[in-house]
Amino acid sequence: MSPLPVAAPMTVPVQDRAMPAIQAIDLRKEFRRRERVGRRFETTRSVALAPTTFRVERGECVAILGQNGSGKSTLVRLLSTLLLPDGGTARVFGHDIRTDARAVRRLVNRVSVEASFFKKLSAFENLSYAARFYGIRPADSRVRIPEIVERLSFPADRLREPMEHLSRGMQQKIALARALLTAPVVLLLDEPTTGLDPRSKLEVQALVTDMQEQHDATVLLCTHDLAEAEELARRVGILHRGELIALEAAAGLKLRYGAATLEEAFFAATGGRLEDEADREADEGGESP
Amino acid sequence: MMMRTELTGLAGVVERNVYLVKRYAWWEVAFFVYTVASSYTIVLIAKGIQTTGGRLDVNRVTTILLIGAVVWAYLSSIFEVLTDTVAWERWEGTIEYTFMAPLARSVHLLGMGVFAIAYGLLRAALLFAVMAFSFRLAMPNANFLGAFAVVAIASVSFIGIGMMTAVLPLISPEKGTQLGFMAQGLLLAVSGVYYDVAVLPAPLRAVARFSPATYTLDGIRSSIIGGTGVGGLWHDLWPLVVIGAVSIPLGLWVFHQGEVHAKRHGKLKRSG
Ligand SMILES: Nc1ncnc2c1ncn2[C@@H]1O[C@H](COP(=O)(O)OP(=O)(O)OP(=O)(O)O)[C@@H](O)[C@H]1O
Ligand SMILES: [Mg+2]
Repeated sequence: MSPLPVAAPMTVPVQDRAMPAIQAIDLRKEFRRRERVGRRFETTRSVALAPTTFRVERGECVAILGQNGSGKSTLVRLLSTLLLPDGGTARVFGHDIRTDARAVRRLVNRVSVEASFFKKLSAFENLSYAARFYGIRPADSRVRIPEIVERLSFPADRLREPMEHLSRGMQQKIALARALLTAPVVLLLDEPTTGLDPRSKLEVQALVTDMQEQHDATVLLCTHDLAEAEELARRVGILHRGELIALEAAAGLKLRYGAATLEEAFFAATGGRLEDEADREADEGGESP
Repeated sequence: MMMRTELTGLAGVVERNVYLVKRYAWWEVAFFVYTVASSYTIVLIAKGIQTTGGRLDVNRVTTILLIGAVVWAYLSSIFEVLTDTVAWERWEGTIEYTFMAPLARSVHLLGMGVFAIAYGLLRAALLFAVMAFSFRLAMPNANFLGAFAVVAIASVSFIGIGMMTAVLPLISPEKGTQLGFMAQGLLLAVSGVYYDVAVLPAPLRAVARFSPATYTLDGIRSSIIGGTGVGGLWHDLWPLVVIGAVSIPLGLWVFHQGEVHAKRHGKLKRSG
């Protein structure tokens, strides 16, 4: 495959090169929920991410598995400075996500399940203005946008159509293009291949590998696709109810849970204790600040 | 180098808004026709009073009403654009992508402000042309330079206030936009858009003193009807300069607080 036509990635300052790409220490996030209890409103807190410590090395791809609501997107949003943590710290190449958010934003980009675009604007228009937010001038983006979408097998002649005319998978490709256009050093992927056809899925996966190998990008991949996790990631983490209960090579996970496949290991780690789940549901109502 | 990156970001904000206006061109036409119609009804009031036996200087009152309608159209356009900074982006879901870009919030808001002024001026100028033509108003004394100076300085305050209302949907996604509308309504009531603020009850008159629109309207009327030049408009210009100098930093600060609040409580996006 041809090399990825992205610009030279945002350069990581020399002194940062030895640093881990992502380092989280006791990173924690809770959400308040206001509920009507009789006539009064009561505020309850629910833990989305329990104190979590991990590091991701430069150029590594780490996959995060977890059931719905286990905190994957919350982790990604914290690292992309869209949420402020309630405790702990996280650094991206040494830059604190809280106190040095702008430096983090220059290095990071994110692709999430929902494509999120101005639906009446064309793909090109959506990409063009977004690129400028990263300091990429129109003369550059005019050249790079068609190159990148072509690499994603997105028909270049449909770039001028309004987003709402595109299928979900095509919109997802434009979402990927938006991230790749800014040549991120750290790529946060939140279920990037959900809803893609098998071929597109493979293309996206190949692209992620390319980003890593050719551009030295670090990838954090949240996914429900266990094969994808095993294929792409050097280490696989499991988030369970906001807790990172494991983070190691897929082979290690299987060994630890005595499982033949990653799927079995995942079920053993998360699904085995259904009665606990019922307990937790009962607990949640009672929690108060 | 740094400066150039910021300018590129600012141009990106303007670029996006231009695309939106183009893609929603029919809405623009519809809103403009509505604005023309509602301004027309208001400006016609002077003639209406005359035909029912009232005695008044029709040309003068019509001009007063016309200026009110045009300035209000300008103000509403600015608020509408700035409110969309958050409300529209939340609706489309793009807000997360805008907020995670390495674009300084001040540059982002400045970009919205620059676009808002250009958009507002264009609409107001068109409206003024249509109205002045249909009423064939005589403005023999008009000092347009004075009026322009007032609008230019006033725009700064309008942008600052717009930033404060723009952030409301970040603090309360459900009630924020509604609050913004109410603030806009209050401004309409107290600023003497269609009458002299002297007719207001005392409490409202007190609020009027803090509204930049009060001085804007007074200044524009003096220059268009009375022919006052920039030099003679000082008593309207200095409050505008003060309000402008306070409202921009205050607007940025309020917006920042709203952004922090939203990021703390997960309000940038509706779905978890
Ligand atoms: N903005 C928010 N406001 C309130 N609660 C939230 C918010 N975002 C997430 N949560 C809650 O935090 C928990 C973790 O949610 P999160 O979206 O991180 O899960 P996830 O692992 O990404 O799930 P999925 O696989 O369904 O995408 C959930 O209980 C969710 O309801
Ligand atoms: Mg998620």
